Amino acid sequence: MSKLKDALIAGLVLLAGKRRKDPYANLPEQRIVEEGAPDRRAENVVLVLFAVVVICAVAFIVVYSFESLAHQTQYLGLAIGLAFVVLAAACIVIATRLIVTEELEEPYPDLEHPDESDAVAEIVEESGSRFTRKRLVRMAGLGAVGTLGAALITPALSLGPAFNTDKLKWTPWRRGRRLVDDAGKPLLASEIEEESFYSAYPEGADRELMGSPIIVVRVPLDELKTRHDWAPHGIVAFSKICTHAGCAVTLYRKPTFAPTQPRPALVCPCHYSTFDPAEGGKVIFGPAGRNLPQLPLTVDGKGYLRAAGTFNEPIGPSWWGVRRGRSVS
Amino acid sequence: MIRGVVRYVDERTGGAPFVRKALRYVFPDHWSFLLGEVALYLFMLLVATGTYLTFFFDDSVTPTTYYGTYAPLDGAQMSHAYQSVLHISFAVKAGLLIRQTHHWAADVFVATIVLHLMRVFFTGAFRKPRDLTYLLGVAMLGLALLEGFLGYSLVDDLLSGMGLAIGYSVALSIPLVGAPLATLLWGGPFPGSASFLPRLYIAHVLIIPILIGAILTLHLALVASRHHTQFKRTPRETERRVVGVPTFPGQVPRSLGLLCATWGVLFLLGGLVQVNPVWLWGPFHVGDATNGAQPDWYLGWLIGALRLVPSFDVVIGGYTVVPNPFWGGALFPLVVFSIVGLWPWLERKVTGDDAFHNLLDRPRDNPSRTGAGMALFVWVFLVFLAGSADRVYVWLGLSYSHQIWGYRVLVIVAPVLAFFITRRVCRELLAGERAALVRTTAEDASHV
Repeated sequence: MSKLKDALIAGLVLLAGKRRKDPYANLPEQRIVEEGAPDRRAENVVLVLFAVVVICAVAFIVVYSFESLAHQTQYLGLAIGLAFVVLAAACIVIATRLIVTEELEEPYPDLEHPDESDAVAEIVEESGSRFTRKRLVRMAGLGAVGTLGAALITPALSLGPAFNTDKLKWTPWRRGRRLVDDAGKPLLASEIEEESFYSAYPEGADRELMGSPIIVVRVPLDELKTRHDWAPHGIVAFSKICTHAGCAVTLYRKPTFAPTQPRPALVCPCHYSTFDPAEGGKVIFGPAGRNLPQLPLTVDGKGYLRAAGTFNEPIGPSWWGVRRGRSVS
Repeated sequence: MIRGVVRYVDERTGGAPFVRKALRYVFPDHWSFLLGEVALYLFMLLVATGTYLTFFFDDSVTPTTYYGTYAPLDGAQMSHAYQSVLHISFAVKAGLLIRQTHHWAADVFVATIVLHLMRVFFTGAFRKPRDLTYLLGVAMLGLALLEGFLGYSLVDDLLSGMGLAIGYSVALSIPLVGAPLATLLWGGPFPGSASFLPRLYIAHVLIIPILIGAILTLHLALVASRHHTQFKRTPRETERRVVGVPTFPGQVPRSLGLLCATWGVLFLLGGLVQVNPVWLWGPFHVGDATNGAQPDWYLGWLIGALRLVPSFDVVIGGYTVVPNPFWGGALFPLVVFSIVGLWPWLERKVTGDDAFHNLLDRPRDNPSRTGAGMALFVWVFLVFLAGSADRVYVWLGLSYSHQIWGYRVLVIVAPVLAFFITRRVCRELLAGERAALVRTTAEDASHV
């Protein structure tokens, strides 16, 4: 048995020895990287760190293999994150302890090549000697390529209706359209209470248009400053889309102590544009550049709220050329 | 064994002379030179995690009703896009880890680019022959911001919808071309046609990553061809001679270590620290918005700018010419990016310095540049802080409108102060150094 073992070992040694035979070994010894002293302790640390990486990586696979496990995301992140961090530590130990420290000097590459640059320019210049009207040809060439470029980007116009800004102003609100709530239930004028905030939509229309959602609030009649005939029982309605940057105006600031604090106001949560519902949606703070468009209301025979027309201004954020204070039907 | 392989490859590629040079390429050593490298590793991580997410994300806005594992949204109307992100977060194993790591990586990516930019700015590394390299870097910062915005807009949750509404309004506000541009991109008025989200998606996963990748390649090629800048620490470092560690063996384990550390920290963040819990925001509808909405940090300066501008549109004869969001949302970033991007040329124009520079300045070495950089930083940072005034109101009860008025004054006054104070500090530091030098030389002389 031990003979066999000896033979095996001898064979292996022979094989290994044969492998190691280097065809370039008899070249003169000229080191590029200097020889450094061994550091077995650092090597041991690296070996341990690699082992920890293996443990973490295996842990990741094991945690993943559970069909359901509480805090699985956290364990997965911990395992894979630690694996990388420990691998990083191993790299750093190698870099600082086991790699031969070298500091090399090198001249910066030539910063300019005047002769070569001139040669390049010369080749270009001299190649055009057969042209008699260089400027004209150049202009014509630029014109041709420029026009071709314009032709090539024209299909981009298919992306959308670029020149039809009327679409931006369109809303589904018409005279007589009923107001419905979130669930599609028509709103009764008697349901609208003071110091509260209601969202409403046009009955039977697409809600995902900027022109659809509105805010309904009831302002005490003695506080209502303008457009009394648009506000039955002091109930006023405004477009819910901020005229500044298109967010939904979803905050209703009402005073917690009325005598000293300002009157209720509609506030946009994106940039805090603040509008006064008692004064036709006037901007009283924040960046909005124009008032919140108002929707005139009326109450029908059954007590339901209906639009008495459409908004007095284009809804939503403004653009170049939009006419202010003009209703659109 | 190694020799055999190298010979085999060289005989077929002729690459050995190039590789030999590359292995002994010199990297000057300073911790701040590693920031750009970290950004590169984050880009790689973003591509990897992002690719994984594409296997599960659905870019459709077609409405559906949610009946998934997250009970609070059971029965809610939402788009397929939002539903697929909920699916990634709750049903795909390791999905939430990868999604959060992707989101964190985007946040840290932009932060690292900004730090890298500041390092390059304050040390004058942007000077000839590296001004083009710098400009490419600034372009990548702009693309990274856009890419991040597109990324969190894809989810179609309430926050992303609000962000898109603001983006749409800013596009709409650009004089003359705004309305055609916005309706082209969105395929109609906001929230746009069914093609809009797929367009956003292809821009996020293909067009912009390819642009960043191409510019990144060019950026690195230029860095390598001009070699790195260096600080003058010993007499050996000169404008003509670079001193440092070779790529191999010196730099490679360090860079690998940095790569692993970066990815490790990001995976730890992605696994342990919640970010953008989209299930809490709910699906987006045009008529909905949430209070306390804050974008990812790197857009804070834009929300701050939009909030700071006082109420006015430019109106002529009842026709709006320049709507308000243009100032904070388009003009402000344009001005900031123009100043930052064109700085090498502005500085050259003022100083007339057209020489090559391989040695870096310390910030104090150029008091005026450092002052100007600080002024710009303070300006943008105050606008950024203004974007959090509503949160400060909630925490500390400081009146929101008073804060905004305070910031409106500060953004004008503070940058001017920052310029003069910084310049003064730099000059004093230099004067102190000169005095110390004179003293030590005198002492040395007296010892003789």
